[in-house]
Amino acid sequence: MRQLFFCIAVIFCSCARAQEFEEQRSFGEPDGSLVLRVISSTDTALFEPIIMGFLADNPAVGIEYFVTGSADLNQAIMQPDTNYDIAISSAMDLQTKLVNDGYALEIDNIDIPDWAHWRHSVFGFTKEPATILLSKSAFAGLQMPSTRQDLISVLRSNPERFRGKIGTYDIRASGLGYLFATQDARTSETYWRLMEVMGNLDAKLYCCSGQMIDDLASGRLSVAYNVIGSYARARSDLDRIIEIVEPADFTTVMMRTALVTARSVKKESAINFLKYLISARWNDADFSETSLPSLAGQPGEQGLPKGVISLGPGLLTYLDSLKRQKFTSEWNDALVQK
Amino acid sequence: MASGATIRGSLRTRLMLLLIGSSAILAIILFVLVRSFAVQIAQQSQDRILLASATSILEAATVRNGEVEIDIPYSAFAMLNTKNDDRVFYKIEQDGVFLSGYEGLISSSGETDSPMFKMEEFNGNVVRVVSESRRLSDDQTTQTLVASVAQTRDSLADTLQDISRTAGILGFGFFVLATALSLWSAAYAIRPLNRMANTVARRGPQDLRAVTQSVPKEMGPLVGALNRLMGRLGASLTQSEDFIAEAAHRVRTPLATVRSHAEATLQRVNKEENRSALRAMIRAIDESSRAAGQLLDHAMVTFRADQIATENVDLGDLCGEIVDRLRPLADMKDIEIALDVRGPAKINGDPILLQNAVRNLIDNALKYSPAESEITLALWTDDKVRLEVRDQGPGFPKDQIEQLPHRFTRGSNAKGTIGSGLGLTIAQDVVTAHKGEMVISNAAEGGGACVNFSFALQ
Ligand SMILES: Nc1ncnc2c1ncn2[C@@H]1O[C@H](COP(=O)(O)OP(=O)(O)OP(=O)(O)O)[C@@H](O)[C@H]1O
Ligand SMILES: [Mg+2]
Repeated sequence: MRQLFFCIAVIFCSCARAQEFEEQRSFGEPDGSLVLRVISSTDTALFEPIIMGFLADNPAVGIEYFVTGSADLNQAIMQPDTNYDIAISSAMDLQTKLVNDGYALEIDNIDIPDWAHWRHSVFGFTKEPATILLSKSAFAGLQMPSTRQDLISVLRSNPERFRGKIGTYDIRASGLGYLFATQDARTSETYWRLMEVMGNLDAKLYCCSGQMIDDLASGRLSVAYNVIGSYARARSDLDRIIEIVEPADFTTVMMRTALVTARSVKKESAINFLKYLISARWNDADFSETSLPSLAGQPGEQGLPKGVISLGPGLLTYLDSLKRQKFTSEWNDALVQK
Repeated sequence: MASGATIRGSLRTRLMLLLIGSSAILAIILFVLVRSFAVQIAQQSQDRILLASATSILEAATVRNGEVEIDIPYSAFAMLNTKNDDRVFYKIEQDGVFLSGYEGLISSSGETDSPMFKMEEFNGNVVRVVSESRRLSDDQTTQTLVASVAQTRDSLADTLQDISRTAGILGFGFFVLATALSLWSAAYAIRPLNRMANTVARRGPQDLRAVTQSVPKEMGPLVGALNRLMGRLGASLTQSEDFIAEAAHRVRTPLATVRSHAEATLQRVNKEENRSALRAMIRAIDESSRAAGQLLDHAMVTFRADQIATENVDLGDLCGEIVDRLRPLADMKDIEIALDVRGPAKINGDPILLQNAVRNLIDNALKYSPAESEITLALWTDDKVRLEVRDQGPGFPKDQIEQLPHRFTRGSNAKGTIGSGLGLTIAQDVVTAHKGEMVISNAAEGGGACVNFSFALQ
């Protein structure tokens, strides 16, 4: 219940447009004016190693790191007086729209495959699958589902065991949740059946992956659908409690993307940071200990890796207000059932 | 080759320039046509995709209870993906009221049923906008939906640049090829002309036959005119040769008759003053005869020198002949003529002219050196072929040596001898016609005139 309250608070805050952040931290000693303002939907802890690496190479630069939801982040960049230099978000669709609408800087000479950038403005730097998290204890005596269809059958045949113990993103509050939901729906009708089943079992809605993982750890949840796998893997203390399933029928894979804002006044440093970020996530094995998975695919892999949402104008579709309205109401009908 | 011709321009160059110029124009036309065609095609294909996108949006619209619902298919925008990641904007209106998309986009909303295409400036980009409309009705109402889809033109510009480059290369290649062909065709077209010029130039000076080799039609009039000209020239040459011979004959024969009459009269006349008058007469006749002979010789030399006919001449044989012929004359004056052939001396030349020149030198030596002396005719070859005539007389008057080869110029020592002042002139002309050199000088010790010819080795 506290989580739900928190989520509502977040939604409320974003509506009120008060610029309050989930986290805000300064790195480096900004002895000059060169402080890069990075707004991100990624938890500071996950990002810290990369920032530290960059600061070690560029001691004259400081970084202020703001964490907020992807929808708020999108709004913040569109403000006419925005003063962020870099936007890092998991909501690929919103990032793409920022580029399409001219809020991002075009940067040439970045060594990255065609599928991992759009307009040389938004660049993917991680590859993160949406996973199903299962509490091992809750599934004791049951076959662990490996596909959505399996999950549907398990939930249907054990309604009482799972009632109120299923969680997923509230697509109205989370940009990433909306992206995952729309891509799932685009891929398969199974998604809608799953949503209906989850709706029937009083699914809880969350704004963020972190809280779903927390609730799973504490036993409040037994199943969490569409959670970023890397967040769960980062919590090594949960190894024995949680099973991470990448659905075998299809897995939606999101790229975390970064862009330099068109209005940035420290373009050069911002571009340097972006280049560092990309080369670190693409080539550098040094960061294997960070929990942000690298983008570099299997050797010999060419073109868009399987399951990865492709950057491009298609992503604008579900951002259309009519389309969004329709999708949200369908989702509402299936899941919230009020 | 072009000696004496006034050259202005070149047929070949003119032909080449014309061909190259026209191929350049053709190449440019080719480039422009290919490019504009490509622009049209590229624009058409962008328009087609934009229209497909707009149509698929409209197709997804439904009306329920007077309210429009549009479930935009993912493909509507995904199909607009381009190589250069062009931006995409769109706008959906219902009866002129904005429903969703980018409100600032200006749609050319449809009074007509056919789709509208236009360029527009939006969000700092030039975009191509397609507006398509669709009428929808449910039980109560009818509404018109307009979907406008716009796209930037980066990819199009890129494609056009590619095509322009290809068209440019095509045009340039065409031009280069055409230029090479023009060079070849110009050379080929001009070849009969060169061939004829060569055959005419290779002819000997006396060869005035008509050109009989076959020539292209265009050259017909020229060759005809040339043939007629050569015919006339040949005729007039024969005429003037005949004329010279005739003139010499006409002048000399009566003079000889007059002289023999005067001589006969001299035998019969005893009175001293009549005799001296007759002698003066005979002398004058001799002078006239000599002058006529030398003038005709000079004219002949001038004429032949103009178009010198060359053959291989052995100067030794030639001089031997002359010496043999003049020996009786020398004997009369007790003068010895020594022929000193030190080695082979051959040149390409006109023997008649050379004979004339040498005869005049020996003639001078006999005339101006004392009795019982010796004339040496030496021949040798070193870096040049040389011929030298020396005598033991008083030599050329020193102060006049420069002028003596001039026409009708006689030296101060020539008083009392018969002559016309043309001997050295003839010699000089002959040597010049053979591209040789004549030097006249006096031997250092005891005078003695010396004339030296030198000719280039053959
Ligand atoms: N061998 C010579 N010795 C001395 N003087 C000479 C000799 N040859 C020529 N001259 C001088 O050069 C002049 C020009 O000679 P040239 O042969 O041209 O005329 P020419 O002998 O007087 O007349 P012709 O035309 O009848 O020969 C002569 O008048 C003479 O004065
Ligand atoms: Mg003489």
